[in-house]
Amino acid sequence: MTQVFGFVLSLVLTFAALFVALKTSLSFNAIIWIIGTLAVIQAALQLFMFMHLKDGEDSKAQTINILYGIFIAVVTVAGSIWVMSFGM
Amino acid sequence: MSANLNTALPLEYQTEQNRMNILGFWIFLGAEIILFATLFATYSVLSTRFAGGPTQNDLFEIKGVMTETILLLTSSFTCGLAIYEMHRGNKKGLLTWMIITLLLGAGFVGLEINEFITYVHEGATMQTSAFLSSFFVLLGTHGLHVSMGIGWAVMVMIQIVKRGLTPVTARKAFIIGLYWHFLDVVWIFIFTFVYLKGMVS
Amino acid sequence: MGIKWDKFFITGDPLILGSQIAILLTMIGIVALVTYLKKWKWLWREWFTTVDHKRIGIMYILMGVLMFFRGGVDGLLMKAQTATADGKLLDAQHYNEVFTTHGVIMILFMAMPLLIGIMNVIIPLQIGARDVAFPQLNALSFWLTFSGAMLFNISFVIGGSPDAGWTAYFPLAGKEFTPGIGNNFYAVAIQIAGIGTLMTGINFIVTVLKMRVKGMTLMKMPMFTWTSFITSIIIVASFPILTVALALMTFDRIFGTHFFTLGGGGLDMMWVNLFWLWGHPEVYIVVLPAFGMFSEVISTFSRKMLFGYKSMVFSIVGIAFLSMLVWVHHFFTMGAGPAVNSIFSITTMMIAIPTGVKIFNWLFTMRKGRIQFTTAMLWALAFVPCFIIGGTTGVMLAMGAADYQYHNSLFLVAHFHYVLIPGVVFAVFAGLYYWWPKMFGHMLNEKLGKLHFWFFVIGFNMTFLPMFFLGLDGAVRRSYTYSAETGFGPLMLVSAIGAGILAIGFGFLCYNIYWSARYADRNISSDPWDARTLEWATASPAPFYNFAKLPEVKSLDAFWYMKKNNDGLELRENEIKEIHMPSNSGLPIIMAIVFGIAGFFLIFEWKIAALVAALGIIAGLIVRSFDYNDGFHVPVDEIKATEKAWRKVDKEVKDHVS
Ligand code: HEM
Ligand SMILES: [Cu+2]
Repeated sequence: MTQVFGFVLSLVLTFAALFVALKTSLSFNAIIWIIGTLAVIQAALQLFMFMHLKDGEDSKAQTINILYGIFIAVVTVAGSIWVMSFGM
Repeated sequence: MSANLNTALPLEYQTEQNRMNILGFWIFLGAEIILFATLFATYSVLSTRFAGGPTQNDLFEIKGVMTETILLLTSSFTCGLAIYEMHRGNKKGLLTWMIITLLLGAGFVGLEINEFITYVHEGATMQTSAFLSSFFVLLGTHGLHVSMGIGWAVMVMIQIVKRGLTPVTARKAFIIGLYWHFLDVVWIFIFTFVYLKGMVS
Repeated sequence: MGIKWDKFFITGDPLILGSQIAILLTMIGIVALVTYLKKWKWLWREWFTTVDHKRIGIMYILMGVLMFFRGGVDGLLMKAQTATADGKLLDAQHYNEVFTTHGVIMILFMAMPLLIGIMNVIIPLQIGARDVAFPQLNALSFWLTFSGAMLFNISFVIGGSPDAGWTAYFPLAGKEFTPGIGNNFYAVAIQIAGIGTLMTGINFIVTVLKMRVKGMTLMKMPMFTWTSFITSIIIVASFPILTVALALMTFDRIFGTHFFTLGGGGLDMMWVNLFWLWGHPEVYIVVLPAFGMFSEVISTFSRKMLFGYKSMVFSIVGIAFLSMLVWVHHFFTMGAGPAVNSIFSITTMMIAIPTGVKIFNWLFTMRKGRIQFTTAMLWALAFVPCFIIGGTTGVMLAMGAADYQYHNSLFLVAHFHYVLIPGVVFAVFAGLYYWWPKMFGHMLNEKLGKLHFWFFVIGFNMTFLPMFFLGLDGAVRRSYTYSAETGFGPLMLVSAIGAGILAIGFGFLCYNIYWSARYADRNISSDPWDARTLEWATASPAPFYNFAKLPEVKSLDAFWYMKKNNDGLELRENEIKEIHMPSNSGLPIIMAIVFGIAGFFLIFEWKIAALVAALGIIAGLIVRSFDYNDGFHVPVDEIKATEKAWRKVDKEVKDHVS
């Protein structure tokens, strides 16, 4: 059943992130990139396996909507950090 | 707008109004993504401005955070099971898994409140520094969402008990399910970019 | 704790005392009049509880016109103050309050309600739907907007107006530098209206995606529907940012946090960043529906299909992306560094491309068309050159390095008025003249309309053209006075006289509304302009169920096609079926009142009271959750009677364009 599989996978991803963050001695940037990637994978997993983004007759609209939301979210977060760094 | 039933579909998709509500809720979730993104942006920009107050390393404790995370992850899973039972037409299964979900959610909220109280006792309040302002508001907004979700789910469960599984009640349960999973997604990012990141540096 | 009672009413200023008395008397007058006419029940049943998109739209429009009046008076006060050097009409504090409320009201409570109002009336009709996707939510959106606007407007008699500019920059807007409660009004009132707007955005996205009539594919939608659709998307993308920014401002001001303060590690520029992350998209939110209205008006009165429909669609979709990528051009002078400023200069200039595409499309639509110079068309014609002035000065401002020179001068003020007034106000006027018969069943008078047009356009140019030169000479914005030595006097006077002429123009509109309501011919055709889109395929004013039989779309400009091919125009008796419609509800207005009360307490920093009132909001949500009212069915006989009444009008005046 996809639910169980998804659950196990999300637990694995969570503990993997925990391990990478606290038990390895990689550089700060490397750690952030790795745990960030794990978070994105886990979010995608929830979207597809639990929320069934691709279900229903409007799956296309739903998907475009979420992608656009993510686009704005990335612009907001990355843009703010960049602009507020004052060229440093 | 009229109740043209299409019984080939799962209950929650059977009427046109239901399909519109579900699409509308997805779009609302799009707005929620941006709302939380703005809070994350604020936290990211302010997270190193301590004003002489405590830092992430002084405050965060991995044990409590992990417990909260696992509670919420599990609740997302049981919520998925609830909807799965609903699709099999099993009202009892739906309600049972829903109750488990909400208990896990309540546990999460309880732990989070406890965590906040601890911080305040350590002298780390919302007014201490920009870092703490943004921390409390980001997490508080998420916690408030979870609490509202619990209250809302209780309302929907009462309606299911009273009216049984109809296209309308099924839609409501389905939508609250989406909401619940979404809050778990937000937590994944809080866990990663607030707690883990804070404890690395 | 909280604000003391003695600060409640603003006292000591004769002007404000006068307004307080006037407001009180007007309110008593209105209540007495309605009671005397025994209209309370009617108001409640037909308007306050309505979920009909057309009525909600009309209420939005009424609110927008009233707010235009309020904002316009603010504008005139400022112009009167600066008409001569060392003017004495307003003092510095007063001037600060006036430009702040002017900006907020014009953008959020004039432009937005008017545009959303017209969207409400027209979009469901244009796509052949019976209502919007969530009619009750739509009513809630309106009442929240209204509640926010009223809350904002009482600030000048109760508690004091906000005075930190419509941008409310920190640290000035923070508690340290603006200790009164004026700015609490800003944070809370806009918040309430903003939530309403966000819900509108969601509502219209779903409406357009799910409720289009059979045959209307996305690429057969009328242009106004397209632009409103994209506007709704931008609303959903940007209003959550405003929600958060305002909430953080509220926390800073009322709960002592340190997001934007100078102390405690706060970062004042973060407010500016968040404000414009919302603020720039907001500019496109107000201008895109306006573009759509011009498209409809130009193609109707040029008797031609819109030129370059596809390129128009692609350019507005492009704007939906680009508009989120330019916000820094509002604060180049913050000193974010050359890389940031250069990138945002470039993205800003890129926006001129899709906009230019549109201008050319409109021009080519008119080319070789048989243009009819109706009032609506005149607004569209005047829009093009005026907007080009606004747009090209915008490209000048887009250059980060050059902006250090123009920033915060009257050059900037002239620029954005040249964008906003042609781009929004002209469009709304065009839309009102064009769609008035659809809303009320009679036309606005064309002669008065032309007076309105000429006074307004000439007055507008006279007011704002001089400001470009004043700005280049060094006149700064938001400055309540200047000395005679600056030499600004003559141009300032010209500008002030222009504002007076513009005001006369607006007066003609108000008189026109009154005159037409009383005397205009009611016996007009349902399609007085010989128009092209589906809203004209039903009666004027449209019956509450919109269409007795839903039309079927075979081509762009669907109604034009139906007329040319005599296809699907008449209605056979046996085609009439029962129609399902949503029921009225008192919940939206009650919820909005509770929101308003909670907001009011929060503004006065009575936190416990605010919390208690907020519980009322939750109670409302619970009531809504348990509400299973599924609407009602309109019987066939009623539809038959309604349809007969308009389909067989004899001696109707067909074409009002002489
Ligand atoms: C009715 C005719 C109007 C007149 C006479 C007028 C006049 C003015 C004046 C004199 C200022 C302030 C200049 C200064 O900084 O000292 C101003 C600011 C402003 N106006 Fe208008 N205006 C008009 C219409 C509009 C419209 C239709 C809009 C928007 C849709 C608008 C939006 C603004 C904004 C956003 C500001 C900036 C407020 C601030 O500085 O915080 N105005 N206007
Ligand atoms: Cu901009």
